[in-house]
Amino acid sequence: MLEVRGVDTYYGNIRALKEVSIDVPGGSVVAIIGANGAGKSTLMKTIAGALPQRSGTVSFLGEMITGLASHEIVRRGVALVPEGRSILSRMTVRENLEMGAFTRRDGKKTARDMDRVMERFPVLKQRAGQLGGSLSGGEQQMLAIARALMSAPKLLLLDEPTLGLAPLVVADIFAIIREVNAAGTTLLLVEQNVKQAMKVSSYTYVMETGKIVLSGPSRELLQEPRIKASYLGKA
Amino acid sequence: MFLEQLINGVTLGSIYAIVALGYTLVFGVLDIINMAHGEIFMFGAFVGMLIVSKAGAPLPVAFLGAVVVTAAMGLLLERFALRPLRGRPGASHLASLISTIGVSILLENIAHKIFGSGNHLFETSFAEIRFEVGPVTIYLVQVVILLISLLLMTGLALWLARTRAGKALRATAENLETAGLLGVDTNRMITATVVIASAMGGVAGVLVGMAFNYINNQIGLSMGLKGLAIIIFGGMGSVYGAMAGGLILGLSETFVVAYGSSGYRDAIAFVAIIVILLIKPQGLFGQAHAEARR
Repeated sequence: MLEVRGVDTYYGNIRALKEVSIDVPGGSVVAIIGANGAGKSTLMKTIAGALPQRSGTVSFLGEMITGLASHEIVRRGVALVPEGRSILSRMTVRENLEMGAFTRRDGKKTARDMDRVMERFPVLKQRAGQLGGSLSGGEQQMLAIARALMSAPKLLLLDEPTLGLAPLVVADIFAIIREVNAAGTTLLLVEQNVKQAMKVSSYTYVMETGKIVLSGPSRELLQEPRIKASYLGKA
Repeated sequence: MFLEQLINGVTLGSIYAIVALGYTLVFGVLDIINMAHGEIFMFGAFVGMLIVSKAGAPLPVAFLGAVVVTAAMGLLLERFALRPLRGRPGASHLASLISTIGVSILLENIAHKIFGSGNHLFETSFAEIRFEVGPVTIYLVQVVILLISLLLMTGLALWLARTRAGKALRATAENLETAGLLGVDTNRMITATVVIASAMGGVAGVLVGMAFNYINNQIGLSMGLKGLAIIIFGGMGSVYGAMAGGLILGLSETFVVAYGSSGYRDAIAFVAIIVILLIKPQGLFGQAHAEARR
C-alpha cells in the first residue's frame, strides 16, 4: 500500500534520513522503533508531505506521492497524527473534529462518522464545546486520533501516540489502534513503548541515526537478542 | 451634545476597527505586520474619490471599485512580495516584513506621482443630509458608515465562526503545519487572507473619504499607525480585539476633542493605550502565554 524507497531528508545540511526504504502492506499494522533522534518522526513527516525529501520516492496505492504538499496527500487518504498532537487549541473540540473532515465532501457520511467518533470517545462528546487547549494530555491525544479518523483515512500514521501518558490511557490507545485496524484502516506506528508496539504490529522496522538497521516480522524480532538487549531491557 | 459625540466616536471607531481588522487577519496567518496595508487603504480612498467626485458615480460603485482595486493589490502583494520569501531556508520570517515596508514606500510614491501631495475633495451627494432627533443632529453619512462597518464586522465574525473556509483560516492562523496536515491548502488560504484584508482596507478608505470629506497621500501613514496601535492594544491576531480596540480609540479621541483640547487628541488616546497595556501586556483579547501562538 505504502512504499518508501531510498528516501533522504535533510534539515539544512544535516542528513536526517539516509536512504530509508519501508513497505506498509494494506490492512496491516507496521511499527517503527528506535531511540530519540533516530529519524522516526522525520520519516513520518516526510511521508505526510510536511517535510521535503531530497531524493528517493514515496508511492501510495501505486501512485507516486513524492514531493506533494501535505494537503494533497491527506486527500489521497493518508492522515498523520504528529508527535505532540498539535491540537488546534483556540478551536473547540467539535471544530477540531470538523477540521479533520476538511477534505471530505460527503456531508451525510461525515455527520455519521462524527456521531460514531463521539460515541467511541465519550470524553470528546462531553467536551465538544470546550477549547482544544483546555483538554488534558490524554484527552488531546484522543482528540488528535479522532480528528485524523474523521478524514476517513486508508492509512493512519501515528507518531508517538502514548508519549507522556498515564498507563491506563496508554492501554486505551493500544485498544483503539487494534479497533481502528480491525475496522480496515492500515496503520504505521512510531512508538517508544517497544513491547506493546511490537505486539500490536505484524512487522517492525528498527531505526538508528537515520537508517533502518533491522527489520522483520514483529513476532520474530521480539526474540532477537539485539532487540531484547537494546529495547526490551532484558539481557 | 454627549450623544452626538458618542455617535461621532462610534463612527470613527468603527472605521479604525476595519483598518485594524486588515492588520490582524494578516498577522494571524503570517505572524508579520503588513506595513503596506495603510497604503493599500489609501488607494481604496483614492479609487473611491475618483469614482464619486470625478466620475460622479453613486457610492456603491465607489465601494465596488475600491474593493476590486485593493483586492487585486493584495493579490499582487502576496504573490510578489510575500510568497517568494516564504519557507526559504535561512530566510527569517521578518524578511517579508521588510518587503511590505518596501511595497508601502513604493505605493506612497506612486500615489504622490499620480495624485500629488495636496488634499482631494471627497464629495458625496448626501454629505449635508441630516436629521434632528430631539436635540441630537445625526448625519446620514454617519449612519451609512456605521451600517457598513457593522455589516462587515458581523459578516467577518460569522464567516470565521461558522463556515468551512472561515474555520480553515483560523486553523491556518493557529498552526500552518497542522492546517496543512488536515488538508488545508495553506498557500491558498494565506493568499485569500491577504486579499480579504486588503479589500477591507479598500472599504475603510472609502469610509474615511466619506467621514472626512477630503483625502491625501498621507492618510495611509497616519491611519496605518493607528491600526497598528489598535491591534497591539486589542491583542495581536485577535479579531474581537481589533473591533473593541478600534471603538475604544475612536471614542477616546472624539471625547478628548469634544471636552478637552484637540491638540491632545492623539496624545491622550495613545496614553490610554499605554496604560491599558501596562495593566494587560498581552492586549485586551491577547493570548496569555506565548506558546499559544505557533
